[in-house]
Amino acid sequence: MKIAIDSVFVPDQEAALKFYTEVLGFKKKHDFPVGTYKWLTVVSPEQPDGPELLLEPDEHPAAKAFKKALMQDGIPFRAFGVDDVQKEYERLTSLGVKFTMKPRKMGPATIAVFDDTCGNLIQIAQKDERRS
Amino acid sequence: MTGNHKVAYTTLMDSVFKALADPTRRLILDVLSEEDNQTLFELRTRLIMEHHVDMSRQAITKHLAILERVGLVTTARSGRYKQLHFNRQPLSEIAQWLEKYRSS
Repeated sequence: MKIAIDSVFVPDQEAALKFYTEVLGFKKKHDFPVGTYKWLTVVSPEQPDGPELLLEPDEHPAAKAFKKALMQDGIPFRAFGVDDVQKEYERLTSLGVKFTMKPRKMGPATIAVFDDTCGNLIQIAQKDERRS
Repeated sequence: MTGNHKVAYTTLMDSVFKALADPTRRLILDVLSEEDNQTLFELRTRLIMEHHVDMSRQAITKHLAILERVGLVTTARSGRYKQLHFNRQPLSEIAQWLEKYRSS
């Protein structure tokens, strides 16, 4: 068994696709209609056959309440790996992305947290120590 | 100074001293002084990772409520998240009082 799909809850799939591709730099992988909504996934260009991120409608009231509560306390819903958190922080900030936590070394990793404009906070992390 | 003023002054000072009479709350203020506008997530992460203080979210929220009540911490809503700010103003009254005796 392996992890194939992860997801973020979004209020508007098209707007989410725009942010996750044009700003974050992911690539669209699957896009087909499922009822009112779409099965819409993106992948990292660094891992085109790797895990997909599903941009999943947050239409369920519980999803909205859950997102709101996490966001209020600044808790990231998902984490992505990057090679250099500081560089990514500067790149995304220049594109207008808002960070709720600036890059900071926390134990074995450097992390930062940004707002994905779809109601979620996302953590980016870089491993500073490699296990041999 | 009227009697009422004196009571109000004493009460505020008492509650600020009480709020500070706890090592965890002083640590929270120290951590908040390192970076302004932290979220609860960032504060909690710093407490765990940098100070080895693993408190529940509820415990931190309780301490923050006490600090907020005496004005040492204020929260601002930026968009949909709450940001914490260490307001040093209530300390100045205490500092003035302490100053009187500092070198005597």
